[in-house]
Amino acid sequence: MSRRLQVVWEPGSDLLIGVCHCGAESRAADPVEIWHWLLSHPDHPSPRTEHEH
Amino acid sequence: MPFVRNQWYVAAHSEEVGDELLARTICGEPIVFYRTSAGEPVALADRCVHRRYPLSASRREGDRIVCGYHGFTYDPDGTCVAVPGQKRIPRTARVPVYPVVEQDTLVWVWIGDADKADPTRIPRAPWLGSPDYVTVRGMEPLAARYELLVDNLLDLSHETYLHAGYIGTPEVAETPITTEVDEDAGIVYVSRRMKDAECPPFYAKSTGITGRIDRWQDIEYHPPCLYLLHSRIAPTGVEPGPDGDDPAACHAEIVYAITPETETTTHDFWMVSRDFALDDEEVSKFLAESNRTVILQDVAALNLLEEVIAGEPEGYQELSINIDTGGLAARRMLKKMLEASS
Ligand SMILES: [Zn+2]
Repeated sequence: MSRRLQVVWEPGSDLLIGVCHCGAESRAADPVEIWHWLLSHPDHPSPRTEHEH
Repeated sequence: MPFVRNQWYVAAHSEEVGDELLARTICGEPIVFYRTSAGEPVALADRCVHRRYPLSASRREGDRIVCGYHGFTYDPDGTCVAVPGQKRIPRTARVPVYPVVEQDTLVWVWIGDADKADPTRIPRAPWLGSPDYVTVRGMEPLAARYELLVDNLLDLSHETYLHAGYIGTPEVAETPITTEVDEDAGIVYVSRRMKDAECPPFYAKSTGITGRIDRWQDIEYHPPCLYLLHSRIAPTGVEPGPDGDDPAACHAEIVYAITPETETTTHDFWMVSRDFALDDEEVSKFLAESNRTVILQDVAALNLLEEVIAGEPEGYQELSINIDTGGLAARRMLKKMLEASS
């Protein structure tokens, strides 16, 4: 299985959802942050409880 | 930033390589291209071993090149077979030969260690040579580093602002994108699917679809060189069939080859393949002219950006937003490839 990283733009919002090939998921308000989170696999920082809007 | 080595790069459209000697610098390396009488493309270092005279400014004698300065004569494999005035040919009299592959109407050259060249790693663009498509093409010289063209092509929201009246409509910049990176295959995908959108003149005039459309832009970037944009135009609400059959839609396969010439200049190869209006010469002419106009708009913008970068101190801090998700992925992949190749 190939290792795919996905970033979806949450419909109706400005948030990005990152989905790692390991199944972990996170949300962030900008692409630098979401790539940082994805690329830290397998040590993904724990998702933040609050989002900036 | 130096070049990503040990990679295949598009050096020319097939039709550019023929009997004439074609000079082209790829990743800082001057190369001469030609085609043997058997039809095989050849790529040699474009410098005579003697006094570095460009072989591209020389002449052919059959499949050989005779240096235009003192007559050193080279076989297509780079071996020197004759020097003037003496019988002994120095053992070191040989110009480097580059691995070259012709595939999908493009001539690819390997920049790096020749023993690592694996033709199966060249990404495909099968519609370029397919009888089911008609292709128009060209190449525009860009006075800007190739990274700027990568940024430009990975974020098509700029179409709305830079290419209004051609391919840009408000929906392009307004529609969210999905980005995917295949770490093993080394591919960046960016997809933007517009529903019930305005049809830009580029597609209205070529497809004849004038009402509202569904417009898909599915990008596949195979760094460093090959960029594919699968463009689907259909009357709004028309979906492809379950088997992928999609006769009511028009498909344009937009291909770019991003080949560094020097550190601050780039060969911007472009192709537009279509599966509609195949016999319509006017459509070919229109698409070629429009696409070239669009690319020249990009060239002007990127040339200006290159001047800005050249004149600024190191360490300018850019700001990235959601539209840059794909561009950032491409930059990171290029950086990784660069580290691996140097
Ligand atoms: Zn993970």
